[in-house]
Amino acid sequence: MSAVLEIVSPGAMASIQDLGRNGLRKVGVPRAGALAAGWLRLANALLGNEEDAPAIEFFAGGLLVRALEAPLRLALAGHFSAELRTADEYRRVDSWRSVTLAPGDTLRCTALADGRLGYLALAGIRVAQQLGSASTDARAALGGLDGRLLAPGARLTAAACSGDEMMLKASPAADASPIRVVLGPQDDYFDEASIARLLSEAYQVSSAADRMGVRLEGRPLRHRPEKGVEITSDATVPGSIQVPGQGQPIVLLADGQTAGGYPKIATVISADLPRLAVMAPGQTLHFAAVSVAAAELAARAHEAALRALIAGIGPLAEPGAIDLKAIYDANLVSGVVDAQVR
Amino acid sequence: MSVRILDCGDTALTVEFGDGVDRRLLAAVAALDQALAGLVARGELCGVVETVPTFRSLTVIYDPLRTTRGEIEPTIRAAIGPPAAASVAHGRRWQLPVCYGDQSAACGPDLDDLAAACGLTPAEVVGLHSKATYDVYMLGFLPGFPFMGDLPAVLSRPRRSEPRLRVPAGSVATAGTLTAIYPSASPGGWHLIGACPVPLFSATWPQAALLLPGDRVSFRAVEHAEYRALLGELAAARTSPRPPEWLLLDGAAER
Repeated sequence: MSAVLEIVSPGAMASIQDLGRNGLRKVGVPRAGALAAGWLRLANALLGNEEDAPAIEFFAGGLLVRALEAPLRLALAGHFSAELRTADEYRRVDSWRSVTLAPGDTLRCTALADGRLGYLALAGIRVAQQLGSASTDARAALGGLDGRLLAPGARLTAAACSGDEMMLKASPAADASPIRVVLGPQDDYFDEASIARLLSEAYQVSSAADRMGVRLEGRPLRHRPEKGVEITSDATVPGSIQVPGQGQPIVLLADGQTAGGYPKIATVISADLPRLAVMAPGQTLHFAAVSVAAAELAARAHEAALRALIAGIGPLAEPGAIDLKAIYDANLVSGVVDAQVR
Repeated sequence: MSVRILDCGDTALTVEFGDGVDRRLLAAVAALDQALAGLVARGELCGVVETVPTFRSLTVIYDPLRTTRGEIEPTIRAAIGPPAAASVAHGRRWQLPVCYGDQSAACGPDLDDLAAACGLTPAEVVGLHSKATYDVYMLGFLPGFPFMGDLPAVLSRPRRSEPRLRVPAGSVATAGTLTAIYPSASPGGWHLIGACPVPLFSATWPQAALLLPGDRVSFRAVEHAEYRALLGELAAARTSPRPPEWLLLDGAAER
């Protein structure tokens, strides 16, 4: 028997994402996929799904869903809680756990306490792949449901659920440390003062932040006059930090263009890009430079930390055994930037 | 040709053959891309996810959990051969309709400004832009986005210093020595001089992208009414199994 999840309201913006599509950057198709892949994998792991199964990525809260036809199980990842309405009760559900909805029950994801996005995974979700992935690329009209963002009334089919509710033993720890970058490929387009500025001053996430990239605001970076503000277009990657003529950096994300003509002063390392991608407009960050070898080690450490979190998934504890809310609140106190999978 | 290896974080490196748009560089990029595809097929470059050829460089994307820069860089360096004899194969010839700088700002809002910057009238810009024949050099930036050149030298101007947050799909644009058509709406920093009603990308087509590297493209200026009519006529091509091949000038060079 299959279950159906109806999107009553997608909130600010919601889309189906998995780990993205590879191999098509040469015809200009970006990877797409979850901006915080670790959170998507955690949400899927809480349900016994394949870690790379598609799930709903949503921005800024307000996502409202309803179960139809059969009980279905969801899992929540991100810094938010949700309100569950059943026929005879109304209760709050914290993130980093699974929750089962009976037909007719609704779940509303509240405003995010920190950051700008969260994940809602669905046990046994079924979404067709297009060009190798179910990820929505709304600009290219690929993936998801008809290549579009989730709209009110959209329906997802899933397996009917059974078994224990699961939870993370420990929610991802907060990390307010600087976002690490590897300088290049076009750091030679900037004078030493600008490189020093990038690595020492605070940058604020502007309101121009979407799945393509995040524009930052800070003291402008200056291109060397003899090099200019343009390059012959070359390839970009998620994490590329482009600097257009006005000097404010743009960090490219999963839906970012595959090539571009602005010099790229540095690249955010893969271990830290999700931490930057989930930051909300107005939040501030610092950058720090590392070597390629250090960045590769960080990628492995990041993966090991995620594996440890997944290994720590267990049955939902009795009330009082672990106070998720206390952990959650502690993150808010210590998390200047946000809490993050480490 | 001095080759440099550039850092792109922990998931990519770029082999840069030079700067600028140059057929010699294009040929060197294509040769390395082909050589690396062979190595990947033979299992000699484990962890390489994909390559991205551009005008002047090849970016190699890898999975830092499966390999390291230290493991793959020597193999990639060894595959960089002497510059191949520059011969960019010519592909198909397309003629695409364009509505230039119509009063409705949706079609080329920057035409007048670009004309002024070039010391020309808008009609002269349209004449120069539509009479030239362009080579498709590479795809990138957006799905199916064709970087085409070369623009008549008098039309060459740098990109806008402040990119637009939203350029409409179909916008015909110029920057530097290049021209392009935006296949889908996107932020962008090029000068918008017209609008083309032809879809450039569809997952239902055999190669997803309409224009491929090596194709040649010219433009036919159309009035706004014809542009509107073509938009309606071409809408079905987005979901059809074949791209709108009636826009080909000749059926030669089957790919």
